[in-house]
Amino acid sequence: MSIILAAEALSCVRQDRVLFENLNFQLSAGQVLYIQGKNGAGKSSLLRLLAGLTLPEDGQILFHGKPLPSVAEFFSEQLLFIGHQSGIHPQLTALQNLAFWSALTEQQVADPYQLLGSLGLAGLEDIPCFMLSAGQQRRVSLARLWFTTKPLWILDEPFTSLDQQLIAKLEQRFLQHLASGGVIVLTSHQALSASYPELQAIELEYRW
Amino acid sequence: MVMWCSLIKRELQLLGRQKADWLNPLVFFLLVLSLFPLGIGPEPGMLKQIAPGLVWIAALLSVLLSAERLFKDDYRYGVIEQLVAGRQGLFSYVTAKICCHWLSTGVPLILVSPLIAVLLGLDWQSWQVLVVTLMLGTPVLSLLSVLGAALTMAADKGGILQALIILPLYIPLLIFASGAMEAAATALPYTGQLAVLLAFLLFALALVPLAVRQALRMNVG
Repeated sequence: MSIILAAEALSCVRQDRVLFENLNFQLSAGQVLYIQGKNGAGKSSLLRLLAGLTLPEDGQILFHGKPLPSVAEFFSEQLLFIGHQSGIHPQLTALQNLAFWSALTEQQVADPYQLLGSLGLAGLEDIPCFMLSAGQQRRVSLARLWFTTKPLWILDEPFTSLDQQLIAKLEQRFLQHLASGGVIVLTSHQALSASYPELQAIELEYRW
Repeated sequence: MVMWCSLIKRELQLLGRQKADWLNPLVFFLLVLSLFPLGIGPEPGMLKQIAPGLVWIAALLSVLLSAERLFKDDYRYGVIEQLVAGRQGLFSYVTAKICCHWLSTGVPLILVSPLIAVLLGLDWQSWQVLVVTLMLGTPVLSLLSVLGAALTMAADKGGILQALIILPLYIPLLIFASGAMEAAATALPYTGQLAVLLAFLLFALALVPLAVRQALRMNVG
């Protein structure tokens, strides 16, 4: 099976502090990379490196066997990145936020009302997002996962503020994505409950 | 094109929700201009003489005032980070921002210009030149302010920094725009100044969106 995303001897330094060094992994289609670690251990920094937002101090990231900077355009076409911040503008409604992201990625939402309804947001589609609870805002942000066709997902703490029911639903969606040959990189403080066919875990240690 | 239209729509929805973003600069512009006749005295001759510089300084400051918050929210809520990671729509997003900034600050200034003409005692001919300079100049003001906002979006108190970066770039615009109006007031030819303004506009239109995109990437990285 061909390797989609790989890291070779990756290291990251922030404010003169080495967050991690000599990090290696290889991910092929259908695999999940689950990154754990304490607060400040460098989980988000690793995700930002993998999303191509920052450059590693040392080592390299390979996408389909080629160094990331040389395939940047192709890589970003394949990538769906949801960072620590949700990417939801609080002054816009759930529908407007959804329309924005679907327009940007040029991917149509067949029925936005039905999608938001299935995420427990029925009746809240036309309310500015600042009036929604943290978990509900998270749901609006994650709604993208149900209409995207991008194969590589990089998600920073996707389960934050979600209730058990929605976490289960989200993990179902993960399994579905993996079954269709997708790749997921995610961080979380809580254990994954669904059984993933191919799961790689990385534990980042907090160091001084 | 479909993407660009929905981005424009999103910006207009935001402007609809945050009315202060475009009303404040307009009110500021009108207030400044209505204070001058009170402060300096209402002699029509005097007002007519200083009007060109006055209108342009007020326009410049009001556009500067409006630009500070331009990228702040999108930056804080992670929209820009995800746009930069996705790349695809970043350029369209930038051009939509610039376009809507002009629609919300430049166009209102042009629309209230008849009122300004009455306030400052401008005649028909001078008003026409004022409108032409505003039509050519305010898009450049918007382009440059968006650039300043993009460069300073990650700074906590970016307002002053932005003014320091952008004001020097405004100065040629100020000189040629008020120059055109002065020339028109003394019945001299002014097409030369207008041509220079047009050149500024075309030059900025070609380069500034690229610079803004790069500034956004740099700030996220």
